[in-house]
Amino acid sequence: MSLRTSPVHDLAMRRAELAPERAFQAVGILAIVLPLLLLLWLFGGALVDAWPRLGWDFLTGFPSRKAEIAGILPALAGSAWLMALTSLIAIPLGLGAALYLEEYARPGRLTALIELNIGTLAGVPSILYGLLGLEIFVRVIGMGRSVLAGACTLALLLLPMVIIASREALRTVPHSLREASFALGADRWQTLQRVVLPMCLPGVLTGVILSLARAIGETAPLITIGALTYVAFLPDSVHSAFTALPIQIFNWTSRPQAAFHVNAAAGIVVLIALMLLLNGVAIWLRARLQRRVYW
Amino acid sequence: MSGSLHAPRAPSERIIAAVLFACGMVSVFTTLGIVVVLVKESAGFFSEVSLGQFLGDTQWTPLFTDQHFGIWPLLAGTLLTTAIAVAVALPLGLLAAIYLAEFAPERARKILKPTLEVLAGIPTVVYGYFALVYITPLLQRFVPGLAGFNALGPGIVMGVMILPVIASLSEDAIYAVPASLREAAYALGAGRLRTVFRVVLPSAFSGIGAAVILGISRAIGETMIVAIAAGQQARLTADPRSPIETMTAYIVQISLGDTPTGTLEYRTIFAVGLALFLLTLGLNAVAFRLRRRVLKGGTL
Repeated sequence: MSLRTSPVHDLAMRRAELAPERAFQAVGILAIVLPLLLLLWLFGGALVDAWPRLGWDFLTGFPSRKAEIAGILPALAGSAWLMALTSLIAIPLGLGAALYLEEYARPGRLTALIELNIGTLAGVPSILYGLLGLEIFVRVIGMGRSVLAGACTLALLLLPMVIIASREALRTVPHSLREASFALGADRWQTLQRVVLPMCLPGVLTGVILSLARAIGETAPLITIGALTYVAFLPDSVHSAFTALPIQIFNWTSRPQAAFHVNAAAGIVVLIALMLLLNGVAIWLRARLQRRVYW
Repeated sequence: MSGSLHAPRAPSERIIAAVLFACGMVSVFTTLGIVVVLVKESAGFFSEVSLGQFLGDTQWTPLFTDQHFGIWPLLAGTLLTTAIAVAVALPLGLLAAIYLAEFAPERARKILKPTLEVLAGIPTVVYGYFALVYITPLLQRFVPGLAGFNALGPGIVMGVMILPVIASLSEDAIYAVPASLREAAYALGAGRLRTVFRVVLPSAFSGIGAAVILGISRAIGETMIVAIAAGQQARLTADPRSPIETMTAYIVQISLGDTPTGTLEYRTIFAVGLALFLLTLGLNAVAFRLRRRVLKGGTL
């Protein structure tokens, strides 16, 4: 058909044929851009609402019945305790599990079970980890509603993420390096300790920091294990009662007064800033990792 | 990895292997722990409330003097918000996935895909705040009779949250469709759009199905958005304008209150938790099977 038409006509026809395709592409781009714009608009709104409250007093203040003088210091301290303890628990467990699966495990039913299980755990709603923590850590082990119980719960929640990230990091270490180490007479643990672990550590850390960025916003499991919503003191030990930044935000959001919603918005700005900071550190670490020369 | 060449020499090697194995088993014990805790406490619940009542009653009022323990109002609340979320996320996510996999230049794809993931990384308590303080008042201008707490606002926000799950996994599935299928369609004279809708999408159907099911599962387990913005009134309704309560929001409500441990009211959250666990586990298992079919290279 196109043989009979002139080149000019042909081009016009091509254009007409392409019109639906172009329209479809535009709709596709809109489907991506619109939700992002919505999010940007929402954050812009929160930032504008929060602006008058953001300041040193807000960061260093204690919660109060008067919205104008309430601050987030106990929540920040609680979140810092949680993140530190959670990493202390989740890194060794996650890295250990990854080392087992990548370096020690022989393919078999047990290994398949562990792998299937990690996949299953990643899909369990986070609030169910809270019920687990409430029963096991708070009641059976008797940690009470402490920051330690919260950290144990969050560590279990992060475990699948840390294991998956650590396994990927371990896989980036070339096999030839292990063989070279074995050839020099090192045994398996020496090889892991002196060759494999130093090389994969930045990768593991990147994964851990990214999962911490996820954990710092976790609210539901902490509410379930009984984190307090009104705390006027700083945690002084792992057995201390605690609150956390997302819980403080939740508490302020659930109050009817608009003044507390302003506080919630300010808390959100701080929370997002902390998440961006963690993500930034992870991206920086990853860039460093990629720059390193393998030999 | 390769085993026999460097068999453990020292006893310490065996200890190390055992310790690492124990780390690997922690995740297995976590799953077991969740199952045991939920089943044990639920058993206590079901010794006082019959399964027939749990599944047959249409009222959920454990905190009232006239106690009813029918799961349906909570289940209805969960399904209602989830349905709204999917109604938002499915069309947008599918369009985004088709665009990214079939039309976007490689560079745009590399930037847009991770950017879209940002939507899934926002803390849900923040989404809940947005739903309650910004989205619901905005919707009230257009939707008459929309209550301050409702299923619609949080449902829409939840849709934004699960959008990257559906978009990203669908995109993987579409991207994985062999180029030869597209080429065959072009050779038969089909245009790009026709190829996408008649050849590529049907081939990627399993993967897209898995993506949607995982999105649904995520929405069912989502807690803070609905706990903040959907209200705390367990009612059997399909009206998205009225306050409702989801299974997850109920667990939060009881956790915040001062219900003494060991009471029937306290045990309700484990029974609801068990129902939630079975629901999400079932959905995840279906998605897993669908995805495995994709990974094996089977096209329908």
